Amino acid sequence: MSPSVPLQEMIRAIRSARTQCEERGVIQRECAAIRAQFRQSDNGGRSHNLAKLLYVHMLGYPAHFGQMECVRMIASPRYSEKRVGYLGAMMLLDEKQDASLLITNSIKNDLSHSNQYVQSLALCTLACMGSAEMCRDLAPEIDRLLRASNSYIKKKAALCAVHIVRKVHDLGELFTPAARSLLAEKNHGVLHGAVVLITELCERNQETLERFRKVPGTVPDLVQIMKGLVISGYSPEHDVAGISDPFLQVRILRLLRILGRNNEGASDAMNDLLAQVATNTDSTKTVGNAVLYETVLTVLHIKSESGLRVLAVNILGRFLLNNDRNIRYIAMISLQKIVGTDHNAVQRHRGTIVDCLKDQDASVKRRALDLSLALVSASNVRSMMKELLLFLSSCPPELRAQAASGIFNAAERYAPSQRWHIDTILHVLTTAGGDVRDETVPNLIQLITNASELHCYTVHKLYRALLTDISQQSLVQVACWCIGEYGDLLLRGECQETEPVQVTEDDVLDALETVLQSHMSSPATRGFALTATMKLSTRITDNVDRIRSIVSIYGSCIDVELQQRAVEYNALFRKYDHMRFVLKMQSSVFCSGSNRQVSPLVFLPQVCDLLDLLGGSEVTLQPIPAVGGTAPGLFTNTSSTTGGDLLDLLGGLEPAPPELSYLIFSAAPTVQVYEKAGVALTLSCEKQSDSGLTVTLTASNSTDSDISSFTLQAAVPKVQILANSSCFTQSKSFFRLQVNLKMRIRISYSSQGSAFQDTVQIDSFPGLSAAGH
Amino acid sequence: MITFVLMVNRQGQTRLSRYYQPVELSRRAALEADVVRCCLSRKKDQCSFVEYKDFKLIYRQYAALYIVVGVTDSENELSVYELVHNFVEVLDKYFSRVSELDIMFNLDRVHILLDEMIQNGHIVETNKSRVLAPLTALDKMADS
Repeated sequence: MSPSVPLQEMIRAIRSARTQCEERGVIQRECAAIRAQFRQSDNGGRSHNLAKLLYVHMLGYPAHFGQMECVRMIASPRYSEKRVGYLGAMMLLDEKQDASLLITNSIKNDLSHSNQYVQSLALCTLACMGSAEMCRDLAPEIDRLLRASNSYIKKKAALCAVHIVRKVHDLGELFTPAARSLLAEKNHGVLHGAVVLITELCERNQETLERFRKVPGTVPDLVQIMKGLVISGYSPEHDVAGISDPFLQVRILRLLRILGRNNEGASDAMNDLLAQVATNTDSTKTVGNAVLYETVLTVLHIKSESGLRVLAVNILGRFLLNNDRNIRYIAMISLQKIVGTDHNAVQRHRGTIVDCLKDQDASVKRRALDLSLALVSASNVRSMMKELLLFLSSCPPELRAQAASGIFNAAERYAPSQRWHIDTILHVLTTAGGDVRDETVPNLIQLITNASELHCYTVHKLYRALLTDISQQSLVQVACWCIGEYGDLLLRGECQETEPVQVTEDDVLDALETVLQSHMSSPATRGFALTATMKLSTRITDNVDRIRSIVSIYGSCIDVELQQRAVEYNALFRKYDHMRFVLKMQSSVFCSGSNRQVSPLVFLPQVCDLLDLLGGSEVTLQPIPAVGGTAPGLFTNTSSTTGGDLLDLLGGLEPAPPELSYLIFSAAPTVQVYEKAGVALTLSCEKQSDSGLTVTLTASNSTDSDISSFTLQAAVPKVQILANSSCFTQSKSFFRLQVNLKMRIRISYSSQGSAFQDTVQIDSFPGLSAAGH
Repeated sequence: MITFVLMVNRQGQTRLSRYYQPVELSRRAALEADVVRCCLSRKKDQCSFVEYKDFKLIYRQYAALYIVVGVTDSENELSVYELVHNFVEVLDKYFSRVSELDIMFNLDRVHILLDEMIQNGHIVETNKSRVLAPLTALDKMADS
């Protein structure tokens, strides 16, 4: 077949076109010429035309008008035309086109042609685009070819059979015996085809898989072939860099994997072989590593003995040290897959994995990060965290969020001490504060609150961090909150855990003011800073005027939220100055139970702050009704819906008839409300939204027998708004809150054949306390 | 299995394309452009395996030509990496020091060689002389 001159000329013409437009012009002219020539019946240059058309098609231009020409060419007796026709069929036709049906007959004839090359063309095309009907028609032909022909045809027929099995699953039965017998061939091409065919049959059909597994199954045959390949000396035919036919080895290993999965017998038969391959294969070249990789995957997926598994993980560990980054990458992927099951084995290579965090390649770094996070455990958490924090400071930006959240999770699960936990979180916030999730701030605040002995330490650290850098929003928010809360500890200037810093009240206020005025602060951060400033007014003695002036400035701020707050705080200064001190704004009232000495209003500001923290608090607030106008303007209507509306309570605006009722809850404890005959009912309350309350009833059965058809019905009265009176009788109790929420519950169930029914009335809800008790 | 084989030069022009899973014509151009962009933007020190949508790409660069092979998840990447090199060695043997122009002007022969090596997404033959045998026989027939 001499090179197609017209084709070459056309290619030259296309190449010489300088612009896209010119190229399109050339191609359109050529296509028109080709179409004209197709319409003429017989001319010598048909194959050239079709070849040109295929080139044009490869460039992306439409070429569907060539489909009929393909069909005609396939039927031609000349080999060159057949060749181009079949190539065209493979590229232009698929089973959806009608023209593909027309070539069925041609393929059938060609499959029994005397010339093996013609046969191979037909096989190739059938394997590429044969539809289900074509496959069904021609399957017996293929089977015949699988058994009795030369090796050139057999290998192609095997792969054609793979396609047929994919299209028409039932025909797998037809090919199974032939596939078995093919394993005895010597020709590697045929062997390869046979292995692929068996793999496909086993993957499709469980029964076939069992048949192949049964002893004497295919496993010993495959083992024999592999041994031949591995041990045999240099064979020039199939050698690739010193390994004899690595492609076949890889394929056989994959088939062994499928045969050995979840099957003890098959796995035992291959243990020796796998050990041999793993130790004997030369791993200096990539091909050797390819075979080793496949071996490792096989070992890890079958029921292999533990020594072999350790060997496999060690090979992966060796891969990690390899210079070739491709190999490092696949080692990481494989280790990732097995870190769940063989955790200890992977732990041994922890050092190497952590080193890979410093690799140049971004994909390797990503894998190393995933693996490192999976390997953190209680014993190695300190050292791993050090490495991870180091990584965080130098990692590429797309991995930062993932690294930060991974570090938080790990710190939460394995923190050896609270101080370490807080330190770690602060470190992450300083390095990657912009990439952390939103709920980090309330979580951290919760953590700090709970670590009561570390308040002094924390506030000193945060203050120092605030002085250095105010660009990381989460860090600044937490710092402001902390200074507002524990400012007195800061000012006192003594601390056991860390070196205290001598600050004056002015310094602290300066810092907060910088945050307020900086253009880098987000509105939420400014809110934090303003509230913190306000809170400090009760904790410091000298600079109250300064605070007052700061707060009043923000009374005319553009940001509505800040303005509202500032106005309310201002009002607090103006009208209720004597009360301000009572608003000690301590945060230690996360207590349950109702014997509180402190008035509920004390926690209102605190609570309001917490509500500002995206509702992450456990104490929630609703306005308290005041009927009868004796109440001074502590109660306001709740028309505004932002979190700041709760501060209206303190705002002291003109008294207006209240509209909602406030309920104060403390942290939601659970209370057992019913217990009889082994069935217990516990109750806990949570506030889900500003207007809804979720009461969770948990029923448990502590008897031995089962309980069936358990139904629970609950009823509540409409909320009663009671009158409120006698406020300001004492400085501590500002108002009474009396809302009685009752609930009646009926449960019915059947146990041990008899039915039970019971009614329970719940009068007091846990955490729901009335003020002034 | 192998889903496609592409040979693309640095300017993004496709020199050879073979799809083993049907892809619509309209999507092919976009797919090729996307794949090429993906590979061209990789630096020298990054590894040759890329995860692209729901399959993997394995690419190798030879002078100005990129050979990209798309495979499904179950394939051994190193094995396909070696297969690409094997294919290039076969081309080298046939064309004696193959270049991009050789591939362009003898596209049909390159297709024949590719079909001898990879069929229907699976490897058929890797032995160089056996892959070249049909083509050399055909050449001899044509010459005589």
